[in-house]
Amino acid sequence: MSNHEHGAVDHIVPLKMLVGTCAALLFLTAVTVWVAELDFNIMNIPSMNLIVALSVATVKVLIVSMIFMHLRWDRSFIGFIFVMSCILVFLFIGFALTDTSENLPNIIPGNTPDVQLKLDALEATAAQVAASPAESASQGDGADR
Amino acid sequence: MTQIDAGMTHDHGHDDHHDHPAHLGHHWEDSTQQFEAGKLGMWLFLTTEILLFGGLFVAYAVWRANHPEIFLYGSQFLDTFWGGLNTCVLLISSMTMAMAVTLAARGKMVAVTICLILTLLGAGGFMVIKYIEYTHKFHEGLLPGMAFYEEPSASYMWLPLDEQGREAEAEAALLAEQESAAFAVKSQRESEMPAAPADAEVWTQPAAATGPEGFTDSKLKVETSELRMFLPDSVIAKVEDAKPLLEYAENHSPGEDIHLAHPLQDPERPVNAQKFFTIYFLMTGLHGVHVIVGGIVIVWLIILTMIGRFSREYYTPIDLGGLYWHIVDVIWIFLFPLFYLI
Repeated sequence: MSNHEHGAVDHIVPLKMLVGTCAALLFLTAVTVWVAELDFNIMNIPSMNLIVALSVATVKVLIVSMIFMHLRWDRSFIGFIFVMSCILVFLFIGFALTDTSENLPNIIPGNTPDVQLKLDALEATAAQVAASPAESASQGDGADR
Repeated sequence: MTQIDAGMTHDHGHDDHHDHPAHLGHHWEDSTQQFEAGKLGMWLFLTTEILLFGGLFVAYAVWRANHPEIFLYGSQFLDTFWGGLNTCVLLISSMTMAMAVTLAARGKMVAVTICLILTLLGAGGFMVIKYIEYTHKFHEGLLPGMAFYEEPSASYMWLPLDEQGREAEAEAALLAEQESAAFAVKSQRESEMPAAPADAEVWTQPAAATGPEGFTDSKLKVETSELRMFLPDSVIAKVEDAKPLLEYAENHSPGEDIHLAHPLQDPERPVNAQKFFTIYFLMTGLHGVHVIVGGIVIVWLIILTMIGRFSREYYTPIDLGGLYWHIVDVIWIFLFPLFYLI
């Protein structure tokens, strides 16, 4: 708030700083594209590429919000609102992913009765088709187009 | 600071309405208070925007955690060039938007108009590039959900391949190999035809007489049956063999881009590959809607600037519209690596 030019309502960001910021963001975009080509699996972390890509994206978002969106010069309460919304989205994703990782689809062996019925029907159809080769050949023609 | 200002203006503020600038609502103490309140409101709105996209990011995260192979596969069909170009367009338009705010605070309204028009061009450019990408996807049948490439006989896909199915597959592979020679055959024939004298070998005549358009299945049968009377079987067979090759050459152009195998024809295609395109269209579509809304906001700002509504004391709509435009940029910064750079 102390950087106000005379008579201005808000802090004024110099144009040179905006151009420099944009250059940095474009550079970071190039870095993300370049990094996506590399394979970070050497470190035995399967989702390392994703982590790197999201880290660069987070840095970019920090730069945009700090300088383009004035957060650096705004009241800290506005920054608090922004950070809280990000934390809430993070919580939302985190809990949903926890649920996903705890889900055990194969905890009861075998298929459910509904699925088993459908599989039996499919097998029966397969046997039928194998018995009448002409039909299967015509179906094959259809699928090629 | 706000409080000090408020105390200063309070003594002679409320009774004397002629002291208020035109832009200042009578319920505000001063311009700074009005500006800060507007900014707070805008940020609260941006928070709801972040949470709105948050729901879709959750869907993305859960689907990708369950089926990473679908995302690895689907991402191949997105062009990093267009995605990267769109990122650059949005970043540069964000810069021009921030410049408009700076220039407005300095009272240079002509420069503000120019910056806003540049920002609008960025929004338009973004949508044009998205249009190019989307129409390409539509053309390829890479659509969300049930619309994903109509499969001619889906039941066939589920049946295990029997002996005949394998034979058909081998035949198809052989045909594909022959097709790769199609352009060579076509160009060879084209070079042969004009040079042929009037009394040239008869077997080149059907192709020359009917032309590539008229070289249909039924015509071919009629003409080969007529020719059968005076041509040896080996030559007839040659003409008939060339049929699929000629058809291929008719429908494709030389130097054509060899695309990835179409999802249906690709044996490596993971089950439910359409889910990638569902979430792709949902997220980029919702983002595209925001770009269009942002564009409308910028048009409104340009009009207000041109009719002289703003001054260095009052440019709140430009600042807040800019904040909206930046949040659109922020969302795209996350969408780009999540879809294009897997």
